Amino acid sequence: MAVLIDRDTRLMVQGITGHQGQFHTREMLDFGTKVVAGVTPGKGGSDVHGVPVFDSCEEAMSAARPTASVVFVPAPYAKDAAIEAIEAGVKLLVIITERIPVHDCLDLIPYARAKGVTVIGPNCPGIATAGVAKAGILPNHIFARGPWGVISRSGTLTYEIVDAMTRAGLGQTTCVGIGGDPINGTSMVEALALFERDLETRGVVVVGEIGGTAEEEAARFVRTMSKPVFAYIAGRTAPPGKRMGHAGAIIQRGMGTAESKVQAFGEAGVPVARYPREVPDLIRSSQ
Amino acid sequence: MKFYEYKAHNIFRKYGIPVPRGVLAATPEGLVDPPLPCVVKAQVLVGGRGKAGGIKFAHSVAEAREAARAILGMTIGPYTVKQVYAQEMLEIAQELYLSIAIDRSARSPLLMASALGGMDIEAVPADKLFRMHIPPLVGLQPYVLRALARRLGLPKDAAAQVTDIARRAYDLFKGEDAEIVEINPLAVLKDGRVVAGDAKLVVDDNAEYRHPEYAELEQDRTPLEEEAHDKGITFIQLDGDIGVIANGAGLTMATLDVLNLKGGRGGAFLDLGGTDDPEKVKQAFEILLKAEPSVIFLNIFGGITKADTVAVGAEEALKAFGTKVPVVARIKGVNEKRAKEILSDAGMHSVEDLEEGAELAVKLRGSH
Repeated sequence: MAVLIDRDTRLMVQGITGHQGQFHTREMLDFGTKVVAGVTPGKGGSDVHGVPVFDSCEEAMSAARPTASVVFVPAPYAKDAAIEAIEAGVKLLVIITERIPVHDCLDLIPYARAKGVTVIGPNCPGIATAGVAKAGILPNHIFARGPWGVISRSGTLTYEIVDAMTRAGLGQTTCVGIGGDPINGTSMVEALALFERDLETRGVVVVGEIGGTAEEEAARFVRTMSKPVFAYIAGRTAPPGKRMGHAGAIIQRGMGTAESKVQAFGEAGVPVARYPREVPDLIRSSQ
Repeated sequence: MKFYEYKAHNIFRKYGIPVPRGVLAATPEGLVDPPLPCVVKAQVLVGGRGKAGGIKFAHSVAEAREAARAILGMTIGPYTVKQVYAQEMLEIAQELYLSIAIDRSARSPLLMASALGGMDIEAVPADKLFRMHIPPLVGLQPYVLRALARRLGLPKDAAAQVTDIARRAYDLFKGEDAEIVEINPLAVLKDGRVVAGDAKLVVDDNAEYRHPEYAELEQDRTPLEEEAHDKGITFIQLDGDIGVIANGAGLTMATLDVLNLKGGRGGAFLDLGGTDDPEKVKQAFEILLKAEPSVIFLNIFGGITKADTVAVGAEEALKAFGTKVPVVARIKGVNEKRAKEILSDAGMHSVEDLEEGAELAVKLRGSH
């Protein structure tokens, strides 16, 4: 048991012949993932680390029956690639690509949702179910099997926190990087709902950051959950109006401040860590 | 990216949205034939220019040039005024508000309008604000415009002009990859025309490749931020004194937060992203050193990044630029042990974790 990705996931890699695609295909295979197909237009017939490469998602689908796809395609072509995968019939789409125009996401994400396809990302590190399968770029060695779910808007900060949890003996079920863009496929609330239903997950760590209202919405949802939630919020010292790297991480007109998010979590009874390595301490002291 | 008012006006004109006539000038004498009477406005990328004295009224060419003389060279926020825009003074009967922006939670464009325009939209009471989502997959349908007209309660002729402007604003929003299109006030004039009194436009940086004409736009970046941008480096100047190089937006913010928690303050940060190219690390140091930090904290959680190649980049940078600024380095990743040796040999302070590093960085401030 886990969320989104498990033993039965058959993964397709879009953009598999690129530098990132090749490298991470190797890593995902090493993690134990069933990578069944790759797609790069014009490179059909070749293979990457033994994974057959196809010219189109349709061909990949009829030959290898993937259930999920991870997208490494560069931003200008990512919308096209994602819609091609949806039309071919995958049910889960993990979009790693960063800097996709927001108007492309305004087309793509509602379209995927209307088609009943779950999208993770874009601009995200992907998802990993510890010891089982991974679709994305999260480093393999930081994970350990355990009962804690992780949801994050960030990449490297997630690794920092997962690593701290693993060192503290707090293993994970699944880590879901929902991404740092203003429009994402799966919201923090939706990810929390997945973990709430997962029998193996005992509690959830939420790694948020400034910008938007995802954390405030998550805090409201936590009140309806039976499982404990712990949080960390990055950007407490970020000045308003500055875009802090992620397109989504910006305080606009006083909205999306760290204080508002910390307060919302506090009122919902969610302990909020002051620094990344305090997360395992908070979990420990609640047990 | 944001636009100067006059540039936004030009884009609005392209989509057939009526805007006031105006002329741009970089010198008082450059104001040839301004529409009279006119409003002379400083062209800067920050709000609050009215309060700063950057907006003046003029009834003759001489007055307009006088106003331009007073405004040009003025400092508003971090900017020096280099251009003024002399714009036709409107005889306004009613000020409305109209905007299209992106509602993140709903994953949809949101049309907002109000009969109470001309003020900060945050100050408009919720029941006086029309809000309706535009379903992104099908675009702006007539029912949205009918609802808009009903809610504003305007006479038929004005209502028709407003809905036409709303439709064109949506075309602009889509066509220009905008994040925000805002008209405040949307002015109903005494002669019955409806004109965009002020035009605000923010377009998506990530869509720059679809709009090569935006590449030459002046940005609201500091010169150093501009230099970094040209090199493809995410670099942001803040008001503290500790320079931070980290990888990933979230970890960078967390690093600044921990520095603050330990009593320090980030002065600039640089996001190295997923690179382990020593040359890129060297470039990062070069940019950061120009911001004259009192100490540099390098915090990399590599995972798959090779720690030793990052360390080599840092070592080469210190050698090349001969700096005496103390460097605290924490690099996690493949070949971590080798990285530590390289860092120590080069005279950097190698630490194990983020909190320890932040503490040391705060301690070493200005110790050179």
